[in-house]
Amino acid sequence: MIRAVLGALWSHWRHNRLQLFTLVAGLALATALWSGVQAINSEARSSYAAAARTLGEGQYDQILRADGRPIAVDTYVQLRRAGWKVSPVIDGRVDGIRVIGVEPLTAPRSLGGVELDAFQAVGDSPPIFGQKAALDALGRGGVVRPDLAPDAVVTDISVAADLLAQTDPSRLLVLPDQRADLPEIDSIDNGLTRRVAQSGSDLSRLTDSFHMNLTAFGFLAFAVGLFIVHGAIGLAFEQRRPMVRTLRALGVPLRHLIVLMAAELLLIAVAAGAVGVVLGYFIAASLLPDVAATLRGLYGADVGNSLNLSPVWWVSGMAVSMGGTMVAAAGALWQISRMPLMAAGRRALAVQGRVRRRIEAICALCLLSLAAGLGVWGQGLIAGFGLLAALLIGGALALPPMIDLATKVGQKSAGSALSEWFWADTRQQLPSLSLALMALLLAMAANVGVSTMVSSFRLTFQGFLDQRLAAEGYVYADTEEQAKALQPWLSSRTDAVLPIQKVDIAVRGLPTEVYGPIDHETYRSNWTFLTATPTVWDDLHGGGGVVINEQLSRRSGLALGDVVPVGGRDFVVVGIYGDYGNPIGQAMIDAGDFAVLFPEAVPLRFGIRVADSALPDIFADLQSEFGLPVANMVNQAGIKSFSMGVFDRTFVVTAALNILTLAVAGFAILMSLLTLAGLRVPQLAPVWALGMTRRTLGRLELGRAVLLAVLTALFAVPLGLALAWALLSVVNVEAFGWKLPMFLFPQDYLRLIAQAVIAAMIAAAWPAWKLQRTAPADLLKVFANER
Amino acid sequence: MNVRALIVVLLLLPAAALAQGFAGLGQTADGFATPAPDPRFDFPRDSGPHTDFRIEWWYVTANLSSADGRDFGVQWTLFRNALAPTETTGWDSPQVWLGHFGLTTPDAHYSAETYARGGIGQAGVIADPFQAWIDDWSFVQTADGFRLSATTQAAGYDLALRPFGPLVFHGDAGYSVKSADGQASYYYSQPYLEVSGTLTLADEVVEVTGNAWLDREWSSQPLSADQAGWDWFSLSFASGDKLMAFQLRSKDGAAYTSATWIGAGGVTTAYPDGAVLLEPLQSAKVADRQIPVEWRVRLPDRGVDVVVKALNPNAWMDLSVPYWEGPIGLTGTHSGNGYLEMTGY
Repeated sequence: MIRAVLGALWSHWRHNRLQLFTLVAGLALATALWSGVQAINSEARSSYAAAARTLGEGQYDQILRADGRPIAVDTYVQLRRAGWKVSPVIDGRVDGIRVIGVEPLTAPRSLGGVELDAFQAVGDSPPIFGQKAALDALGRGGVVRPDLAPDAVVTDISVAADLLAQTDPSRLLVLPDQRADLPEIDSIDNGLTRRVAQSGSDLSRLTDSFHMNLTAFGFLAFAVGLFIVHGAIGLAFEQRRPMVRTLRALGVPLRHLIVLMAAELLLIAVAAGAVGVVLGYFIAASLLPDVAATLRGLYGADVGNSLNLSPVWWVSGMAVSMGGTMVAAAGALWQISRMPLMAAGRRALAVQGRVRRRIEAICALCLLSLAAGLGVWGQGLIAGFGLLAALLIGGALALPPMIDLATKVGQKSAGSALSEWFWADTRQQLPSLSLALMALLLAMAANVGVSTMVSSFRLTFQGFLDQRLAAEGYVYADTEEQAKALQPWLSSRTDAVLPIQKVDIAVRGLPTEVYGPIDHETYRSNWTFLTATPTVWDDLHGGGGVVINEQLSRRSGLALGDVVPVGGRDFVVVGIYGDYGNPIGQAMIDAGDFAVLFPEAVPLRFGIRVADSALPDIFADLQSEFGLPVANMVNQAGIKSFSMGVFDRTFVVTAALNILTLAVAGFAILMSLLTLAGLRVPQLAPVWALGMTRRTLGRLELGRAVLLAVLTALFAVPLGLALAWALLSVVNVEAFGWKLPMFLFPQDYLRLIAQAVIAAMIAAAWPAWKLQRTAPADLLKVFANER
Repeated sequence: MNVRALIVVLLLLPAAALAQGFAGLGQTADGFATPAPDPRFDFPRDSGPHTDFRIEWWYVTANLSSADGRDFGVQWTLFRNALAPTETTGWDSPQVWLGHFGLTTPDAHYSAETYARGGIGQAGVIADPFQAWIDDWSFVQTADGFRLSATTQAAGYDLALRPFGPLVFHGDAGYSVKSADGQASYYYSQPYLEVSGTLTLADEVVEVTGNAWLDREWSSQPLSADQAGWDWFSLSFASGDKLMAFQLRSKDGAAYTSATWIGAGGVTTAYPDGAVLLEPLQSAKVADRQIPVEWRVRLPDRGVDVVVKALNPNAWMDLSVPYWEGPIGLTGTHSGNGYLEMTGY
């Protein structure tokens, strides 16, 4: 019997191949986008985890020099001889590969990545461990360990010292359980600081914003895809009601039927999921090099260029596909189970629509009010995300009632019978199209929101770069002696030399970079502050003032006029400036104060003010007289374009996902219209019989699609702007501590509306054309039973 | 990771991991010098390291007592293991230093270890003026003797040692044979050390006095491949005489013994295999093993028949290469105290 039932169920798909294709394609696309994004994210995260594990970051406190230079071997020995249990690490790059040298005799036992007893020397020198690609790039033999961080090798400290030509350790790891009676670290060497272990590695914190971006998009794409699936399943189940009634009348138990229908759907889900997962792999593989390059450029994070996907990823992709299908089908299956044995074939779409619309309208109202409430009173990142979700879902649910309202108004104000019929027909189609339109709304709103955010960011970033990179050129010295020799030489050749010196300390317990700029016109005329005293620069350079960045101000609650200790002396906050993208705090004090508090810091970097035309000569002379390599001299235009390039590349991935999501939404519309086309014949037949040509009917279809797209777009733009506001002012602030000003770009929105209209027109073209080509015989058949 | 494996592995070549004796000390010595009979010692130079030999140690054990009559034992050891018979400065030094700390009270036993690489100054030994150190554990020459100090989280000691007798050379003028196959080491001791100082325990600082014994030994393959471990005794009798005895146990149950009788004025008499009789009397379960903590030591030639009893049977050094080491008391024909070390159980 089961085989007979399955045959009956399957025959539906055989006769409605388009529906099957819609179902499979929608599910595959949704799964592809979701799993593609997950693959990229998990690849990146496993790289960070490998890096953190390899370096013990986040597990152990570290001892570093405040000025970032390596710690002398003698200092390490002094610490050990004072009783400190510390272990040295030499860390550097050669040929683009990060070389990490550990000392197995003193290293903490769980310094993972490589077991310490594997360091025993084989042959002449201890082995080097790394992924195969890294060992090959280094050109030395070694032991392949695929689970180490990409582009990194781990080895004994003696080998690393040799490879990097650096004998002084970069940092010291502090083992847990130190004795209580030990002398303070800075009494042994006062240039040292102790950095507390951070749970969660530095890298994963820094790159969180990027991955959050990706995940949100993946989720959105999946949701849109699920809309398609839901629509297709709903329609299929609608159409199979008579068959279900027949089967039950023939004696098939309801439970069998439900189970078989669910099994059939699962089978389709598995097939579609498999296709989707494979597609997702290709999407991820094609996006990954860009992502890796972006992450390296922005954060210095090493992410492998190739995907190493664990079986878990494949399984989870399939699971997501099956889960999504079940969620989408749950409603339809439940309806079938509740259907009386001899139910009528089809309920009027209009009746169904009215009840649903009311429920949708109420839900939408609730969600939008929730969103408003969260926007005003919400605190914290969870509230921020809640706001986004409530906005999106509420907006989506509010769309059908809004369009219904608009069409009702259009109907009331209709002049001729034709136009009245047009509006009525539109209203009547709305329930079937509403899912596709909601998908379109979400895609467009996301587009508007994200593009507003990105463009605002870009504009602000450009202004920010202009402000920060005010000098025409930048010169970097390699050693202190070179720096000391460079400075007078540069002063004689340029209008001004701006030394850039910084130390990393903690201010109010937060990791902070402290800079000590000299007093110069460059700063006075280029810097903009979020808030500042009227005489901020004079206060800074003469009055013991400090200016801090927005992050530091927000995180430590410092405002103008507050007193804050920096490096042991008290300063007064006289200005707060924006510092986009910086995850830690920043502060600036006068160069004189800086020299007194941090005498060991010698500036190695200089900004030079000089006419642009003089730069090439100066650079050439620097090369010939000081032997400065070309990489140590940069002109401002070069840095700016590099920075903007990195910035743009970050959002290339976003742009790609944007387009994909829009395409999915367009596909949803196409599928809905195509599926509806078959059902529409009885409704169009009377109009045709009254004399309207099929060509006019086709054009009206097209017009309807454009109308609906425009209405959706009109609703999408404000929703998208609300989304952008939520992202910039709530989510970004909670997550990263800085707020971006929102700029509006009306041209972008008009362009988006045009794109949506074109997408709708393309989607509607084929159904309209099919309609135009409907054989009159089919239209006549509708009336066959009229007698 | 198992640091125990590290030290074993450091001493072993990967291939012949099996029949290497206790802690790999039975491994053959490629490229390293081997001790030869008729050694010539030259002090103070020979109190420093001999980098052409593979293994070396500076081993101090002390029997101490406090004013209120409590007995204590203290151990300070610095081992030098070489991966190659050279020394360089810098990270690529082939010398690996290992320090052991032991402190025994009647109710408690503390042990600790620490490793260091040679070549950077974190650990080392200088012959003149004598200094031996690893991290903050040190054994240095002072105006009237030495200062021995080491601290761990649980306990610590700071002791002044004053020599009151000459150095003593074991075996054949310092050439000490360990097995019938002829493996040997250079071995001398300074058994005449008077001690005073403080012990820092969990809740108190104790003033102590007593006597200490320094062992110095270096070689490149001190054990033969089938020797599983040894039992070593240093006994200081009330009469002022001393006895050093050890037996090396083979896997098949046979034993090779050797002893040195140290008489008045530091005059030594070496006893070959079979002269001293070491008989375990009672065992205790320590660290899941059966360890003999009471022995009968007989040297018929000198009329010695004593029962040796551990002050604290739980003197187990729970380190990467574990062994038993603790102070002992004597009863029988002679009274006195001493130290006992048992390995390979």
